[in-house]
Amino acid sequence: MADNHVSDESVQHSDENSVEDIKRRRFITGITAGFGAVGGAMAVTPFVMSMSPSERAKNAGAPVQYDYSKIQEGQMVKVEWRGKPVVLLKRTPEMMQGLKEIEGSLADVMSDQSIQPEYAKNEDRSDPAKPELLVMEGVCTHLGCSPVEKLAIGPDPQMGDDSQGGFFCPCHGSKFDLAGRVYKNVPATTNMPVPPFKFEGNVIVIGDDVGRA
Amino acid sequence: MAIHRHDNHKSANGFMKWMDDRMPVTKVWNEHLAEYMAPKNFNFWYYFGSLAILVLVIQLVTGIFLTMHYKPDAALAFASVEYIMRDVPYGWLIRYMHSTGASMFFVVVYMHMFRGIIYGSHREPRELVWLIGCVIFVALMAEAFMGYLLPWGNMSYWGAQVIISLFDVIPYFGPMLTEWIRGDFVISDATLNRFFAFHVILLPLILVALVFLHLVALHHVGSNNPDGIDIYEELDENGHPKDGIPFHPYYTVKDLVGVCGFLIIYLGIIFFFPDLGGIFLEKDNFATANPLQTPPDIVPLWYFTPFYSILRASTDTLLQFFAYSSVIIAVAAALLTKFEIKVKAGILVAGIVAALVFMNSSGKAWGVILMAAAIVCFFLLPWLDRSPVRSIRYRSWPFKVALAIFIVAFFILGYLGMNAPTPVKTLMAQVCTCIYFAFFVLMPWFTSIGKTKPLPTRLTMPAEH
Repeated sequence: MADNHVSDESVQHSDENSVEDIKRRRFITGITAGFGAVGGAMAVTPFVMSMSPSERAKNAGAPVQYDYSKIQEGQMVKVEWRGKPVVLLKRTPEMMQGLKEIEGSLADVMSDQSIQPEYAKNEDRSDPAKPELLVMEGVCTHLGCSPVEKLAIGPDPQMGDDSQGGFFCPCHGSKFDLAGRVYKNVPATTNMPVPPFKFEGNVIVIGDDVGRA
Repeated sequence: MAIHRHDNHKSANGFMKWMDDRMPVTKVWNEHLAEYMAPKNFNFWYYFGSLAILVLVIQLVTGIFLTMHYKPDAALAFASVEYIMRDVPYGWLIRYMHSTGASMFFVVVYMHMFRGIIYGSHREPRELVWLIGCVIFVALMAEAFMGYLLPWGNMSYWGAQVIISLFDVIPYFGPMLTEWIRGDFVISDATLNRFFAFHVILLPLILVALVFLHLVALHHVGSNNPDGIDIYEELDENGHPKDGIPFHPYYTVKDLVGVCGFLIIYLGIIFFFPDLGGIFLEKDNFATANPLQTPPDIVPLWYFTPFYSILRASTDTLLQFFAYSSVIIAVAAALLTKFEIKVKAGILVAGIVAALVFMNSSGKAWGVILMAAAIVCFFLLPWLDRSPVRSIRYRSWPFKVALAIFIVAFFILGYLGMNAPTPVKTLMAQVCTCIYFAFFVLMPWFTSIGKTKPLPTRLTMPAEH
């Protein structure tokens, strides 16, 4: 230990190292170390950034188009957008009526805690221009599983005896109605997200709502 | 030029002298093996440290050979694993050695940690040995989690989806962070490729470095023993501990017996039950990853299930219970302890604040916090344990009872995590979660009460019991 340790006293007594010099030397050492740290952080940046989604991944996340006029009343199709299943469901009048009857057992009726574009933040969670068409990411808000559709109105082993139709997540038992709104007292606490979308004639564009009226 | 030896270890022959003059070969051999004094009464539980190193080596070696055939590409990964299993000569053996080795690694490490807890190996002066060990445990969990994505089975995919989604609960940064971890908007080829890099390069390097530090710290303070007493208190005329024996050859030979026992079980599983009925290799993982089809029930591999159960147990009911109990504990602490009035008021305020926080937050976020806290608890063990003695042999009864209840709760949590939740099972998981945390929170209290047995001055051997 003794030979590694240079006491302040011995330094002060030497001619070349006045207090002034030591202070200066410490300042310069500090500045150098500081710039070194900044340089280190800058050097790390490209490596950290390289892990973000690449241009190809971003392209794959581009909007998808689907001719929704093909969907019959009461029919559901799944479209893949950004690797996620997007549900397109044209709900029947009975289904729309059913949405109102179960509002008491839902956790987030008005979607205040949930993710959706402003134009889909309503009881039906759809575009008011086409209220019957549900556009929704079929991804459970608990831990990301894909809930199973239960479109029939009536008793269902998972959805309950007075089911108005909905979605049931097989992973941890979360239940959603036909607007993707979550029931009370299930693991998920928010409604399934609605992606941005817009209509262009008979085609729905999922993932893009720029220029929407 | 003269060569200055810095040690007085005697070289065995001319060649070793030449070596020792240039590199401390004999010195290191002596200090860490031939003259490393280990307590003479190591029992069954002391096999698991050396076995952990053995499994680490097995995983490194089999892993290297698997990378010669495996393709880290979402389009090719699943098929390349099947190729290893069917077409590569002895590929099935190497792959089963690796997959079974992963599970056996956790068996060995859990036993090793249990040994530490019962004999007080985490106590002063071995806190850093214990802390480094805890970091190894976390690194091992990361290594296992990333490795599990590589076969690109459906359970690999959805397991990773669920676990990475956990980071979503971090306010504001969460979604950005998960996107950065995945390198995509969903689990994809980019995710698989980077997990491969972490699994085969980064984490093995970290693990090996940590194991090295674990041993450096251990050999600096010396090994603990089943009696939890310091063997350096009783020295012979040469300054060696009377109850110490050189690690080599005594414990190298003893550990070889442990290795034989371990290999019988390990190879038995590999040859006869490689999937152990869906526990070591899950059935859903024999189908390729499908982003549009979730398996009916997502369960992680068994070694994560106690923590997964804690994650799932976090519902509004549990948070309400936590809210009420934090008020009760605060009131009890204020009434029953002998602190100053200001401290008591502080405890009460803290209790009420905790209750309000629990009442007004979501179960999902707390699930992640509790799961992380369950692991952090192990790090705090050296400071939570207040017993005047180290070993369970001389501890008071409250510790033994508490430890027994904790182990039972840990096993129940592990079992529940392997099964789909039902209301009853969720309630059981919640009770066991409370027991789990109570064990750590109440440890300063129950380790300091009750009467401990007097410590011996010399180690006790099995025959003397």
